[in-house]
Amino acid sequence: MHEWTLLSAARKVREKEISSRELTRAILDRIERHNPRINAYVTVLTEKAMKDALACDEALQKGRTLGPLHGVPVGLKDIFCTRGIRTTCGSRILHNFIPPYDATVTGKVLSSGAVLLGKQNMDEFAMGSSTETSHFGPARNPWALDRIPGGSSGGTAAAVAAGLCFAGVGTDTGGSIRQPASVCGVVGLKPTYGRVSRYGMIAFASSLDQGGPITRSVPDAAMILSVIAGHDRRDSTSVDLPVPDYLAATRESVKGLKVGLPREYFEGEGLDPGVRAAVEKTLAVLTSQGAQALEISLPHTRYALSAYYIIAPAEASSNLARYDGVRYGHRARCEGGLIEMMSRTRAEGFGAEVKRRVMIGTYALSAGYYEAYYGKAQKVRTLIRRDFEEAFSKVDVILTPTSPTPAFRIGERTGDPLTMYLSDIFTIPCNLAGIPGISVPCGMSREGLPIGAQLLGKHFREEDLFMAAAAIEREIPLPRVAPMGEA
Amino acid sequence: MEFEAVIGLEVHAQLSTGSKIFCACSAAFGAPPNENTCPVCTGMPGVLPVLNRRVVEFAVRTALATSCAVRKKSVFARKNYFYPDLPKAYQISQYELPLALAGHIDIELEGGAKRIGITRIHLEEDAGKLVHEGEFAGAQASLADLNRCSVPLMEIVSEPDMRTPEEAGEYLRRLRDILVYLEVCDGNMEEGSFRCDANVSVRPMGQKEFGTKAELKNMNSFRNVEKALEHEIRRQIERIEDGDKVVQETRLWDAAAGVTVPMRGKEEAHDYRYFPDPDLLPLIVEEAWVEELRQTIPELPGEKITRLTRTYGLSRYDAGLLSSSRALADFFEESLAVFGDNPKVTANECVHWKEAIAAGKISPETIAHAVEDREKGTISATASKKLVELAIETGRPIREIRDEKGLTQVSDTGALEETVSKVLAANPKEVESYRGGKAGLLSFFVGQVMKETRGKANPRIVQEVLKKTLG
Repeated sequence: MHEWTLLSAARKVREKEISSRELTRAILDRIERHNPRINAYVTVLTEKAMKDALACDEALQKGRTLGPLHGVPVGLKDIFCTRGIRTTCGSRILHNFIPPYDATVTGKVLSSGAVLLGKQNMDEFAMGSSTETSHFGPARNPWALDRIPGGSSGGTAAAVAAGLCFAGVGTDTGGSIRQPASVCGVVGLKPTYGRVSRYGMIAFASSLDQGGPITRSVPDAAMILSVIAGHDRRDSTSVDLPVPDYLAATRESVKGLKVGLPREYFEGEGLDPGVRAAVEKTLAVLTSQGAQALEISLPHTRYALSAYYIIAPAEASSNLARYDGVRYGHRARCEGGLIEMMSRTRAEGFGAEVKRRVMIGTYALSAGYYEAYYGKAQKVRTLIRRDFEEAFSKVDVILTPTSPTPAFRIGERTGDPLTMYLSDIFTIPCNLAGIPGISVPCGMSREGLPIGAQLLGKHFREEDLFMAAAAIEREIPLPRVAPMGEA
Repeated sequence: MEFEAVIGLEVHAQLSTGSKIFCACSAAFGAPPNENTCPVCTGMPGVLPVLNRRVVEFAVRTALATSCAVRKKSVFARKNYFYPDLPKAYQISQYELPLALAGHIDIELEGGAKRIGITRIHLEEDAGKLVHEGEFAGAQASLADLNRCSVPLMEIVSEPDMRTPEEAGEYLRRLRDILVYLEVCDGNMEEGSFRCDANVSVRPMGQKEFGTKAELKNMNSFRNVEKALEHEIRRQIERIEDGDKVVQETRLWDAAAGVTVPMRGKEEAHDYRYFPDPDLLPLIVEEAWVEELRQTIPELPGEKITRLTRTYGLSRYDAGLLSSSRALADFFEESLAVFGDNPKVTANECVHWKEAIAAGKISPETIAHAVEDREKGTISATASKKLVELAIETGRPIREIRDEKGLTQVSDTGALEETVSKVLAANPKEVESYRGGKAGLLSFFVGQVMKETRGKANPRIVQEVLKKTLG
């Protein structure tokens, strides 16, 4: 049953084919068996989940359901604050932090009736593409345990691919939902900036961060998005637009859909030939269904990575300044004064990648450098946004690879941050432009590793992505749960 | 050589909104430590600020009342620095694009009016406060009270247009009065809801360039601002006359010692790494809303003073005293509506009883009736004061008390002639002496008449009747 989609699990609970307790117990058992190897969860809520499952079953006996996910066990990236439940953001500095509040996403998932299984592993403060920067050790790719599950939402993608939950919610600042979804062979959507509330979602780079689903099917992703999307008065950057019927969009035909192929995404070095072939096959599938392919240009793509690595660290350097040991989280033991306490707390509490980015960001915002770095990067960002506006005047969606390569080996890139940063080269422009992007499985490499295709859409047109991704999913059937040596 | 000072003031006014600028917590002063806090104002992970509309409304009204141009688009920025009273490690403030620019306030000086320019008005959040166990330097522990975190502040920066401490004092008082008139700030300097820093420099008379300035802090009353400026100007002039240079620095006013001292610890040029806050959208203030708010601007102190002098013939001094509070000026005019024959006397009474008036313990009728009775001679000045006091104490109508206590004076000449005759008949010797030239005996007769009438006679009338009768 761990292979069921979220939607079928929800239907079976609702129709009393299975109780929420049986379903939850089964998944908890799998977590107990596999998590020590996969390390997808940093916190497992065994007792609480069973208690919540019981409450779901009792409510159902009385003919009441809380919402569309009634009784279905799911996971949350450990970046979403959960009231009374430790929320670490993958960092030592928050290893003991128990929020007195729920993130808006947490609240929406819980009030849809879902049972929370636990909090999922991630790169520290979402800074990474492999989950290797987590204070709790790397998560592993269920398809090949010596490989990374991607990041930063690697724990969530690994849990979904290993059948350790029916769906999860991750976050994406530069590809942190789509890249792990791609390398774990599952579906991951980064919604339009402003579509999902950021309240209670621990900030990495505020102008880029967005929460979104990681699931085993496109309709599952559509379901999760309809649960978590919507305006939130507590987030001034969330947009007050109605939430459309995303599920309905997954059933629509791609006939007449204009699909753009950005020249620049296929030109550069570093694109794995297997990945290229899989994406080309994906295009063929779409055109065979009546979609129309068009070559387009996104000329400023090559500046995206540089602009991103100024803007994201700059915002992060300010967002992470609050972790000073004064009010919550880790505090260094020291006899010295205030400055020493704060410095040592941060020296002990943050890992190397976080420190690197805080320093880059602090430098970029410094007097005398601000215009040359932050100011310039913002201008590049505007140019990239215009590139997409121009492209979307001609096409409805844009098709690209999600990640230039399938999952790389654990430890392979940790010594070389720049190569690591290149993992996100295809996903970053989407965040800079604020548009939605989805990764959908489109093939397997010769080594048997999943490959994902990325679709980018117009602002607040997630329906277009669901429509095209669902067509790909129907036409290229692939296993969504890794065999885990059980086959 | 003669010197002149150049003074500019930065005022931080705490806006008297019910809630804080970026969360729903109460902004009230005096709650138990950390009572008025929530995840947002204590900078918990993942929380976001949401701008309080009322704060913007208060600032726009202030901008309109000081003739500033309200910008359609302004931007909140983050000012980054580490300190335990600043939970997010950045203060949300307006930096490059403030809410309002280029206004002015007219102040009144002995030599006439003067216009002081306002550079900008912007919004920001306050920080919390630290309580140290023991002396700061050797404190065993420091406790953070975050109640004040995110309480809304409005910063009003003046142009360096003031030349004397008196001008600075007048500007501050006028600005405070305007904020209080608008009901956007309680103007209390002692409690810190109206704070002032001063930039001051001196230059030889006639020189165009500014001298090197010092920034003065820690002045918690209007009088202290003037005293600190006086001291600092003298200090800078003395340095220059001694051949030294003025150093650009921040100095604290030590009110007890009456001197300014350099701020301890080096205030090195801090790099605050300002950048636009990505959690808040640019603030857009629509023209229609500004016009709507313009309609809510009351008559301001300057306009009121001019009107009171023109309408009631008051001196600018008296009109100024009355206009120091909008409620007092309103009270004055309400009193005049009941009895308006002598505005000058009514004004004096209002100023005399202003504390009771502010406390709401006295009605306009009380003052009007007291003035009217005195003007008509029905009561004496002494009785009038006594009656107002009793009215405050008991809350009863003043005339009811007057009649009950029998404090009316007899001013009726006819009624007094009888008593006068009686007194003169009883003191023939004195009458003879008076007529023989002992004019001083007049007061003896007055005393006797007062005694006979048990103090109710109007002494002025008694004198008149006596003089007439004695010939």
